[in-house]
Amino acid sequence: MLLAIDTSAGTSVAVVDRDRGIIAERASADTRGHAEIIGTYIDECLRESGVAIAALSGVVAGMGPGPFTGLRVGIAAARAFALGAGKPVVRVVSHDAIAFAEYGSVQRPASSTEPLLVVTDARRREVYWSAYEGTDAAGLPQRVGPAGLCVPADLERAVPDYSRYRRLDASTVSAGAMGMLAEALFVAGEPFADAQPLYLRSPDVTVSAGPKRVS
Amino acid sequence: MSDAQAPGPLVLGIETSCDETGIGIVRGTTLLANVISSSMDEHARYGGVVPEIAARAHLDALEPAITAAVAEAGIHLTDVDAIAVTSGPGLAGALMVGVGAAKALAVALDKPLYAVNHLVGHVGADVLRDDGTELELPTVALLVSGGHTSLLLVRDLVTDVELLGETIDDAAGEAFDKVARLLGLPYPGGPEIDRAAVGGDPGAIRFPRGLSHQKDMAAHRYDFSFSGLKTAVARWVEQKRDSGDEVPLADVAASFREAVADILITKAVAACRDLGVPRLLLGGGVVANARVRQLAQERCDAEGIALRIPPLSLCTDNGAMIAAIASQLIAAGHPPSGLAFSADSTLPVTTIQG
Repeated sequence: MLLAIDTSAGTSVAVVDRDRGIIAERASADTRGHAEIIGTYIDECLRESGVAIAALSGVVAGMGPGPFTGLRVGIAAARAFALGAGKPVVRVVSHDAIAFAEYGSVQRPASSTEPLLVVTDARRREVYWSAYEGTDAAGLPQRVGPAGLCVPADLERAVPDYSRYRRLDASTVSAGAMGMLAEALFVAGEPFADAQPLYLRSPDVTVSAGPKRVS
Repeated sequence: MSDAQAPGPLVLGIETSCDETGIGIVRGTTLLANVISSSMDEHARYGGVVPEIAARAHLDALEPAITAAVAEAGIHLTDVDAIAVTSGPGLAGALMVGVGAAKALAVALDKPLYAVNHLVGHVGADVLRDDGTELELPTVALLVSGGHTSLLLVRDLVTDVELLGETIDDAAGEAFDKVARLLGLPYPGGPEIDRAAVGGDPGAIRFPRGLSHQKDMAAHRYDFSFSGLKTAVARWVEQKRDSGDEVPLADVAASFREAVADILITKAVAACRDLGVPRLLLGGGVVANARVRQLAQERCDAEGIALRIPPLSLCTDNGAMIAAIASQLIAAGHPPSGLAFSADSTLPVTTIQG
């Protein structure tokens, strides 16, 4: 059983089990209140699921891509929870969870060959995108390269063979789907995501040329 | 009795309001661990704290800092009685990392969580001193850092803190950084100005003391302003350079520092006198400045004011001071904050528990 946390879009928390599926899930599409609601969501999911913390095998962190302020809250929470509970953290690319849920039911992953383009809001009038060439036999989405960032008008140029893909604009990421994807990755022995959050943007700062004159 | 068995609740405090990831562990008023991971070096090339860089650094530093603090305190994480976290004021994105982590940690450990005001934390740091002296109240507190310049009247650490005044523009620490920059000195400015001021004449140039004129004193008796001072230094330096003269770096640095120290201590001492409170507590990173401390001591001695300055490791931002306030809240029977509180970048000092 896993506790899954994602704040790459809104806030989503779930407790999942490989056999029982999504046992409890809380989600909010609010793109600002992550730090406010995350604790309550974790607490409620654990209570509702009736799953003891000791019975969890790990914590799943959604690594984005996502706007940085919110994205960090979920990753910080996942790491801190895991530390307190003495459990490992595993990491999943948030777009992969969207694709996983889109290709089949998260409980019974289906195999697919349909090219899929997942697009989410990156704020500042930009979007994050990830391209998938269907799934493998186990229903695990097959991403083509890393996620990208561009203005919406540039998507057709940024995504190679754009017209091949069915485009899916998503505004939420389900932590339940993410948790089930983590279970499926584990069973298949596939790797989890890297430890670095997928901000896809450098901090918005430039080194100034020097002090300006005041007189 | 070892420190780990000292009386009082065992509290782990998390502080992420600016560029320092602070994890402190206290039992009652006994300091067990004070781990600080600073992203200061990453901000140096920008001449000041970059909020996004600070927030990213908190995310990377939190887990190792918690682990290090637990080891330093000689406890197990599961031993703690409560978690405390700074909920404001501070940089929003930075605060949210600590708040998110603290909530998750509290749920994982099934322990109560206390949201604590950062500025009150700076005052609370004083209870962790192990020199056998005790904080006497009421006291006036002057908190000066790169992000804050606040004058408080503290009647009770957990129920009664009043904001007397604060900066209306730059924080004093920020003024040190900006003036260092225009003098061609690196960041952070405080220690650089100190170094440059060696041998300089603090009376060489009479830089302005912000909000000290009669007309300002009516509305801003205990408020501070440093942006005019920064501009005055810039103008003075530009005139020197324009006329082809060499800028007397030591005199400028010493005179600027004197202007900052003078106005800070003048207003703090005036508050003590006006309010009939013969006690002054200093806190915040600018306390590291020897001239500020020295001037405070001189003026307080002359006025019969008892001056308290916690050790520097507890004056800069740290998690131990946050844990210390939570420990006081618990001792006073205050209920925990629950899980629904926000990170509030402008949390007023009167809200001691967020």
